[in-house]
Amino acid sequence: MTGDLIALAALASIALFVVGLKRLSKIRTARSGNLLIASGMLLAVVITLVEQGLVDYRWIAGGLAVGAVVGVLIVVRAKATQMPEIVARFNGFGGAASALVALALFWLEVVEAGADDPAAVVLGMASAITVSLSILIGVTTFTGSILAELKLRGTVKGQPRIPLRGILLTLLLAGGLAAGLGGLFALADPLTASALVAGLVAASLVAGVVLVLPIGGADMPVVISLLNSLSGLAAAATGFALENNLLIIAGTMVGAAGLILTQIMCRAMNRSLANVIVGGYGGDATGGEGAEAYESVVSSDAEEAAMVLESAQSVIIVPGYGIAAARGQHAVKELAAALGRRGVEVRFAIHPVAGRMPGHMNVVLAEAEVPYEQLFEMSEINQDFAHTDAVIVVGANDVVNPAANTQPGSPIAGMPILEVGRARRVFVIKRSLAPGYAGIKNDLFEADNTVMLFGDAKGVLDSLTAEVAEGAPAG
Amino acid sequence: MMGPLLVSIYVFVLAAFLGFELITKVPPTLHTPLMSGANALSGITVLGALSLVTVADPSVGVVLGTLALVLATINVVGGFLVTDRMLSRFGGGGDR
Repeated sequence: MTGDLIALAALASIALFVVGLKRLSKIRTARSGNLLIASGMLLAVVITLVEQGLVDYRWIAGGLAVGAVVGVLIVVRAKATQMPEIVARFNGFGGAASALVALALFWLEVVEAGADDPAAVVLGMASAITVSLSILIGVTTFTGSILAELKLRGTVKGQPRIPLRGILLTLLLAGGLAAGLGGLFALADPLTASALVAGLVAASLVAGVVLVLPIGGADMPVVISLLNSLSGLAAAATGFALENNLLIIAGTMVGAAGLILTQIMCRAMNRSLANVIVGGYGGDATGGEGAEAYESVVSSDAEEAAMVLESAQSVIIVPGYGIAAARGQHAVKELAAALGRRGVEVRFAIHPVAGRMPGHMNVVLAEAEVPYEQLFEMSEINQDFAHTDAVIVVGANDVVNPAANTQPGSPIAGMPILEVGRARRVFVIKRSLAPGYAGIKNDLFEADNTVMLFGDAKGVLDSLTAEVAEGAPAG
Repeated sequence: MMGPLLVSIYVFVLAAFLGFELITKVPPTLHTPLMSGANALSGITVLGALSLVTVADPSVGVVLGTLALVLATINVVGGFLVTDRMLSRFGGGGDR
């Protein structure tokens, strides 16, 4: 009877996950969706504790308390610009947790129980296979995610080529899995079996590094999404090993949703997933095409630019990663407010992949409390550039590069861009003429209606704001 | 009749379809929070850890399980919090 009640409660928590995930994919309902999933999780934890009945709770209570405190601390101490890094880190923890559960299961049931049979006999065949899979996927996700975080933060730079990477990766994954399965199926001696399982762990650790290391910053969002999907699959594999359907359902939903999300992001950048994994988004273009000389570039200063901006009726601001890097989100908000006070209509145009993660710009601007009504997605605003007096491009490059439309051989060919060149005047705030992630020249900078404002995004924005505020009061 | 493994495979396949269906047309604005929310959900593995560390005597297995429990709890608690933090910043202005 209690068993039935527990099963029904588990069903309720699955229902909360499904409804929550659905709501999380729409702006208006997203916050409540997140809350529903969280309460589903709480319910699932309570069910599990009730199901176990009277056990010794010391380790459980300690683990939950430490985990909760650390989790809260990480979030409280993070800045909005660090969100992608934090997501990557949690992702890695999730993968590691799944692998550790599988390892703990193996150790408790086989090694510590002093079994005389191979693990596959003790645990059952299906569990033995999924224990290996859970370790493989979970550990690969862990090192891959931690490396992704370090790359986002800039601690690990560049995208070094790994010779024969595809073959190496296959060898690591297949070899690791073979060692793990060998240890679990063939060996009755727990010591040798554990050594082989340790081999699986080691191979997976290296596999995560080999997978992520050569992938460049622009593709990191896609990689994190993919790793996210993998962490779900690791949880699902753990579910098979433990014969727990709740884990299988939630893990698989995350795995499938993550895969779809990865696909959607790839489409926004007009890239295929295979292309991303193979890596090298203009990776070796540093000395090549990117160094192409610019001719007839016009640059100006804040004073002149401010005069044009003051007399404009409408201005569109295009933020890019440079704004996050320079922590210029408050400065850009001030400029928008100063222009607004002079009767200028100010809007922000957000490219789907501006920044280091899709939606990253929205998070960054939201931190500076830029009014939500001023933010427009690319599809909503692209046709308006032609009727706009001035555009300010701040720290963005590839997302406004006309080469996407005009040069079929370019690495970004076909990527939808913000067509800022159609506006009457374009101001580009940028530290130098250095190429962006794609490593290619931007013809926009040479256009007749483009004026470059060289400098750090925050500094230039601050002086623009000061000039606009100083000017004669608007009529 | 179906064995428990077969039931689990049914569940796995259906959940995969469900996952695909749930996330079809997401606006780019929500990609980061959605990823982060899904990530928190993958911390469901916390249930597995809970079911393993039910004894008092410390041993290698229990320590491994507890470490899993700590990491999974960080993932779950931190993941939901960070998602809520991101969403609270941008839903505020009203709906469009």
